[in-house]
Amino acid sequence: MKIMLNGEERTLNGEWSLTRLMEELQLPPQRVAVEVNRQLVTRACFGQTLLHEGDQVEIVTLVGGG
Amino acid sequence: MSTALRIGTFEFHSRLFVGTGKYTSYEVMQQALAAARCQVVTVAVRRERLYDSQNRSLLDFLDLKRYTILPNTAGCFTAEDAIRHARLARELLEGLNNPGSKWVKLEVLADKKTLLPDPVATLQATRELVRDGFTVLVYTNDDPVLCRQLKEAGAASVMPAGAPIGSGLGILNPNNIRIALEYLKENDPDYPVIVDAGVGTASDVTVAMELGADGVLLNTGVASARDPVRMATAMYHAIEAGRLAWGAGRIPKRAYATASSTFDGMINSSQ
Repeated sequence: MKIMLNGEERTLNGEWSLTRLMEELQLPPQRVAVEVNRQLVTRACFGQTLLHEGDQVEIVTLVGGG
Repeated sequence: MSTALRIGTFEFHSRLFVGTGKYTSYEVMQQALAAARCQVVTVAVRRERLYDSQNRSLLDFLDLKRYTILPNTAGCFTAEDAIRHARLARELLEGLNNPGSKWVKLEVLADKKTLLPDPVATLQATRELVRDGFTVLVYTNDDPVLCRQLKEAGAASVMPAGAPIGSGLGILNPNNIRIALEYLKENDPDYPVIVDAGVGTASDVTVAMELGADGVLLNTGVASARDPVRMATAMYHAIEAGRLAWGAGRIPKRAYATASSTFDGMINSSQ
């Protein structure tokens, strides 16, 4: 399936939860926040949240700002 | 004159909020924050760099036990985007166990050239975030009527701009800030008002505090100074000087002189 990950197309094969995606990307879950299709997915729900064709996933963190 | 700054359930002895953007290095940022002796630092929410994860993260350079992180919604041009950013920030700060998960610096901007706030969308987003349980500190124009409406919408602190973000122009309309302070503190003298944005140098901070602001939020004035650490030190002293002068009560301005040395007892004039 194809998803949009931070604005870029990405192809994933098989079943993907957000937990698996975090592991694949080597991102520590406590340092990111995730939206799927503009809806916040809390960390506790990463395991049960499965990705689907066409999903728009945003993974954000904190950066310098005023 | 209370010594602590209270915003919602938050309490600080420092009245200077400092941004974490635009420093030449994280090390300089760390030193500047320490020199400013601030307790609150602002951050932004942005996409994780997925292909460059070896890059250093801001989070490695912020002592999360020492600082309360104030996340902003900078760069948002609609109420909806600002609300999304606020919720993402809350999730991030909850994960990091920082008390900053309870609040947000709300910015809803109108255009990229001025970075001036969109007043209607700002008001709308304030209402929604308050309903969602956020302690909302809202960046706004220095319009006293709008400031009052934002307070009525439930903002825990109204933060009028001294001048456009990053402009370094200082407090362009002190009279508006003065009226806004009067409106916001009427029958509510402890309501916190923070001047946010536009500060160029230490005297700008002092002017804001002398007007009766409860604090100042700044970033570029320190981060882009030739010597950010020295400027951060100056800003610390400027906050203290302005707060003290405000509490001390300045003398009224007058057109003509009043002698400090009495004319009584002068020896005979040679004229």
